[in-house]
Formats: sequence, structure tokens, C-alpha cells
Amino acid sequence: MGEKDQAVRMPREKRAWYQAALALGLNAWLPSWFKGEIFQGGVKGVCVPALNCYSCPSAMGACPIGAIQTSFAGLRFNLSIAEKKFGLYVAGFLGAVGSVVGRMPCGWVCPFGFIQELLHKIPTPKVRMPRFMSYFRYVVLATMVVALPLLIVDQFGFGQTWFCKWICPAGTLEAGIPLVILNTDLRPLVGFMYYWKIGLLVLFIGWFILSRRPFCRAVCPLGAIFGLFNKASLFRMAVDDEKCTLCDQCYKDCPVEIKIYESPNTPDCVRCLKCVSSCKFGAISYEFLGKREVARDLRVKSPASS
Amino acid sequence: MKRKLPWVLLTVFLTIMVAGLLLGEYKTVLEKAVTVCLDCIGIG
Repeated sequence: MGEKDQAVRMPREKRAWYQAALALGLNAWLPSWFKGEIFQGGVKGVCVPALNCYSCPSAMGACPIGAIQTSFAGLRFNLSIAEKKFGLYVAGFLGAVGSVVGRMPCGWVCPFGFIQELLHKIPTPKVRMPRFMSYFRYVVLATMVVALPLLIVDQFGFGQTWFCKWICPAGTLEAGIPLVILNTDLRPLVGFMYYWKIGLLVLFIGWFILSRRPFCRAVCPLGAIFGLFNKASLFRMAVDDEKCTLCDQCYKDCPVEIKIYESPNTPDCVRCLKCVSSCKFGAISYEFLGKREVARDLRVKSPASS
Repeated sequence: MKRKLPWVLLTVFLTIMVAGLLLGEYKTVLEKAVTVCLDCIGIG
């Protein structure tokens, strides 16, 4: 094992702590919880690489899916008044993050992914999500995030944020429930849409307990976007076919139930790197900026590393 | 060529992002982010 193989190290064993710390970091303005308001600091225009509702009282940044929908929803109005606002900032942000790490933020940063992993630890019989359902997230992206906000507009040219309004359970959990509890002014406004989203959230939570990260795999438009970059990002997964015994230990441990040896850079992979640790044969590795790492313990045991 | 693709993509998207910032889109995102999103919470 050469010097090149020893450079990049991700703290795989401590991933849950990183997820917890980043979830707290993205929602660090805790005083808002006591006021029933949302954080309104000037840094909140910074997009975060996660599905983290900006109406969560303590959210420090902007959800890119909410922001890009707002751009699409306002595009026709902006064009009608010659306002040059095309959503380039958010689109560029998503593409830049994807170009560097692909879907890695899903595995390490996203609080909603972390919540799903925690709920899945509840001991119940588990159900594998049918693989074909993973294509549904592209339908959600194309329709609810892009097409409907652009095409269905009112008399002034304004569209709606369809995904946020009708689907997003992160918004309900992180913002809808706390704000309605904390802010008495909002309670009289609760109606059908609120109960719809609460009902949907309850269904999703049941699904989270039964299946592994089903929202990320079947619904999340942000994961759909980042996943498109997995095959072309600077960070890359690799599988050594000569070392892989097809034992499926990586598949059993994978939080999104993929067989990484079939396609190491599949758009479904959230790059949590659990498979790198699981593989007893050192067959799975990752590369970043030309540097590669395999499981740390294997490197120590390998005669070639001495 | 394959190893150059991520760099090309990164350059393109950073350029797009900077173009958006120069057009004042940060302020647009900020204005949305600091207002309670009634759609997001199921009240809109």
C-alpha cells in the first residue's frame, strides 16, 4: 500500500456524532425556540447542502430546495418586469457542491437523513424498499420542484412552492409543528393543508421505522440532484473486483440498501462510507483529489503497509 | 478526460453561482429565508 493510499481520512466510525453536530450547527440559533419566531440574521441567505427547512425557528441557512422552488415560482413574474433573477445562485451552489462530493451531504450533513436513521433503529420488523421506487425522486424533482412552480401561475405570474406545500415532511417536522406550538398567532390559520402535512408526516415516520432512509431514496429532490453528480464528482468510490468476494456485508450494512460493488458511484449512494468499514477484505475505497483510502484497520494489518 | 470533468463542472457551477450573486440573488434568497414560509409549515 503506497503513500498515496494514506492521505484522506473520513471519521467513519463517528458519523452519527458528525450528523448530530451538523444538525445542531445548521439549527444553532436556539433563542428563537423561546420566542416562537425564526432566525432572521443576514447569514440566512447562505444555502446549506441539506434539506433543512428555513422556517425551522433556529435554522441558520436557506434550504436550497425551498430557495430554488421560490426562484422558479417567481421566474415568470420577474421576466414580466425585466427583473434579472433566474435562480443562478442556488443552481450554481447545488452544482458546485455536487461536483466536489456528489451525494455525500446526504450521508453526513442532512438532519432529515439523520432523523430517518435514528427512527430506523426502533426495533420492529423491517421492510426492504422496492428498488424501482428510487426513480420516483426524479419525478418529484421534475414535477413538484421544477415544472409545477414554473407552469402553474396566478394572474400576476407567481407560481407556488409545490414540494414545500404538499409534500415536504422536513418542513412539517422542523417548522410546522414547532411554530404552531410556539406561536399563538399562527394557530387560527391551521386548516386542511396543515392536517394533510401532519398526516403525511405520520405516514413517513412509520415508513422511516420500517425501511432504511426511504424518503432520501424515493422522494428527496435534493438527493436526486446531488446523486446526478456521483459519477462525475471529485470524490469517488471505488471497488476492487479482485478483492470483492460478493459476501454482501456492505449491502447488509448500507443505510440505503445498495450493492456498491455493482456500481460504486451509483446516484443512490449517500457516501456515508459505512461500506468501507464493513468490508473485511478491503475491497471498497474512496478517492478524493487523487488520494485514496481503504479501511484503516486493514491498512494496519496489511504486510504491504509495513 | 474523466478526471477533468469534475473540475470543468465545478468551474461552470461556481461561475453560475457567482453570476447569481452578482445579480443580487443572495438578497432574494435571504428575503424568503427570513420570512416564515407558510407553505412549508402547511398554512399557506
